[in-house]
Amino acid sequence: MGNGTELIDFLARGEARPQRPWPRFRLSRAQWLDLATHLTIADWALLDLWAEPGKVHAAFCQASGGAVAVASLACGEGDFPSLAALRPGALRLERAVQDLFALSATGIGDARPWLDHGLWRARDAGASPRAASDYDFLPAEGEALHQIPVGPVHAGIIEPGHFRFHCSGEAVVRLEQRLGYVHKGTMSLMQGKPVAAAARLAGRLSGDSTVAAALAFARAAEAATESAVPERAIWLRALLAELERIANHLGDIGAIANDAAFVFLQSHMTVLREMVLRAAGQCFGHRLMMDVVLPGGLARDLDGDGAVLLRALAAALRPRFAELMAIYDRKPSLLDRTVGTGIVSPELARRFAAGGFVGRASGRGFDARKAPCYPPYDRLEFTVPVLSDGDVHSRLMVRAGEVEQSLGLIEQILARLPEGAVLAPLAAGGGEGVALVEGFRGDIFAWVALASDGSVRQARLRDPSWFQWPLLEAAIEGNIVADFPLCNKSFNCSYSGHDL
Amino acid sequence: MRPALLELLQFSLLVALAPLLTGLVRKLKARLNGRIGPGLLQPYRDLLRLLRKEVVLAPNASWLFRASPYLIFAAIWLAAAIVPTFATGLALSRTADLIALVALLGTARFALALAGMDVGTSFGGIGSSREMMIASLAEPAMLMVIFTVALLVRSTSLPHIAEYLLMHDVGIRISLLLGLLALLIVAIAENARIPVDNPATHLELTMVHEAMVLEYSGRHLALIEGAAMVKLQLYVSLVAAVFFPWGLARDFGDASAVAIGVGLYVLKLAFAGAVFALFETSIAKMRVFRLAELLGGALLLGLLAAIFLYVSQEL
Repeated sequence: MGNGTELIDFLARGEARPQRPWPRFRLSRAQWLDLATHLTIADWALLDLWAEPGKVHAAFCQASGGAVAVASLACGEGDFPSLAALRPGALRLERAVQDLFALSATGIGDARPWLDHGLWRARDAGASPRAASDYDFLPAEGEALHQIPVGPVHAGIIEPGHFRFHCSGEAVVRLEQRLGYVHKGTMSLMQGKPVAAAARLAGRLSGDSTVAAALAFARAAEAATESAVPERAIWLRALLAELERIANHLGDIGAIANDAAFVFLQSHMTVLREMVLRAAGQCFGHRLMMDVVLPGGLARDLDGDGAVLLRALAAALRPRFAELMAIYDRKPSLLDRTVGTGIVSPELARRFAAGGFVGRASGRGFDARKAPCYPPYDRLEFTVPVLSDGDVHSRLMVRAGEVEQSLGLIEQILARLPEGAVLAPLAAGGGEGVALVEGFRGDIFAWVALASDGSVRQARLRDPSWFQWPLLEAAIEGNIVADFPLCNKSFNCSYSGHDL
Repeated sequence: MRPALLELLQFSLLVALAPLLTGLVRKLKARLNGRIGPGLLQPYRDLLRLLRKEVVLAPNASWLFRASPYLIFAAIWLAAAIVPTFATGLALSRTADLIALVALLGTARFALALAGMDVGTSFGGIGSSREMMIASLAEPAMLMVIFTVALLVRSTSLPHIAEYLLMHDVGIRISLLLGLLALLIVAIAENARIPVDNPATHLELTMVHEAMVLEYSGRHLALIEGAAMVKLQLYVSLVAAVFFPWGLARDFGDASAVAIGVGLYVLKLAFAGAVFALFETSIAKMRVFRLAELLGGALLLGLLAAIFLYVSQEL
């Protein structure tokens, strides 16, 4: 259908704003409403919806062709028409915008606060702070239904989030999440900071995907200033990102098995993950590779010993991982828990534009490394595993497939790593840039507006969890309460990245 | 040796060895999973630590919540003392039979389930309801096994059963094998082990036994944990006494027979611990509703055991 740029053609009726590499258009209110109407028939996935004082932005990606564009609306009256009815993933984003920017989304189906738990300063002097417990959970009515409140403090060492279950016996009738407990105000902290300082904050959005978030921020900042990045840094960044992906997938596959009380697999997956982390620590000075990716390149180069070490790591991991996955495959008691549990329908994954293994286990093959694609992935060979059953098992198998692909990517990168510097200073001046980077959870969207002195005017990072958390609510419906930890672990959404 | 002294030895052996058995299972599981694991004596230290800690009570906890740990521990300890561990001639074993044992375990479970619901948290309720579901399936299976053995031996008294099986050459009985399998499944379910429950989990939503005791702390928790350890040992002793009664001392005058009995008992415990650890490492936890199939299977095995008893007698 079409030439793959219908999205840009449609938005181009607005006023073009300077933004790189993908365009941004300022729409009038009428045009924004037009856009809302057109979303009913268009296959444009919502990438993000965010705001700055008095303005709201929405980024879309066209499913066919991979074109990306941003639509903006000036909210003169302090309100903007909601897109949540057409793109359900926008609902929580709009609720967050209402909490953080005092803009109101007209026509939003759910006006409850989201990130604001009533513990901040009241927005208007007249308003009294809301009590933290004043949150109306969606009701579930019927005979013999009971509620199970879980969290925000959990028994394990995990982040805080509240889960409200409505159950009929063991069966879950409705799950509702309440998040926002770890809101740190990261985006406001970035404002006015030099790019380097803001990049450090970006790398702390969610510790387990520090490389991917820092890379998204760096790419957006580099696009804003039209800075060139040394070729070697581009390849090494992909190396870092794939190491991060492998480490997280290994840890999570083990954790899923542990939630089914099959500790053996977790112990051995943890050993493999530890091998990756140690190698990363030796090569880059930090086990999670925090603060290695900088706007303009990398903080550290990989020396010859490091390359040998990583090559040996990939060679050692491959057979051991395959062996463990064979054990998983031959364990009926474990498969009985994962197969058919926590199903996300392909339709839902598409409607929420869920990225990463959550989308790919439900037939949505979106991978930012393939389309819109960014270097060096255009020159690397890999496949994106896609399954369609949408259950815990599918998510686990997609992750397993990604581990194998990432190992192959690491070997290719090491074999073809160009020589040269790894850091070039950012070009002076301001501007706006966007980037889309594939983290281990899915695509991370970044938007950075730099002032002319090179400091951050506004920034935005959207964690993939925004579009995955709501699907977890859907996945558990009709399952039994005791299977929730298994479903939850198969998603492993970020609290910190979501709460910002 | 005097009977009273032996009785005392029986009671103290149970409490003294139970944490060691639990420690052994944990240690072996850790080793099988490639970890070093805590030392064998860790459960003793845990219990000691809990005993020293203060008790934190919910404001709405009733007397039932406070009394239950004592009742549970007493009932399970008494039940465990019925089972011949190293000797058959003990007075308590002679006075109380298998039915009494099941009744005592049922009493303890009843108290625990009530205590789980007492404070009114949702997890306690979930745990109690799951525990009752498991119990309602496990108890009939357990009784079927008891009937089978009782029919074979013509007694429900454990010392009689053990002596009969020791002295008579019953041969290889298909009934006993089926009964053993059924009893092992019941033992797994009753002791909240994998695949029925996971004693090491931190996931509130998947817990059964742990969910009921979430509100307990201090010496109350120590008593409940201790009771769980004694219960594990009880089932191991029960399986050993009925199906592997070798080495049980019958002549109290003979100190060496008693020593052999005690020694063999410890060996049996160690073997059972190893089997538990190996089994738990090789299997994932079941879905809650699959338990009905597992325990239904145990009931069926028990039933078959009783039927085969008659069929084989005919032959």
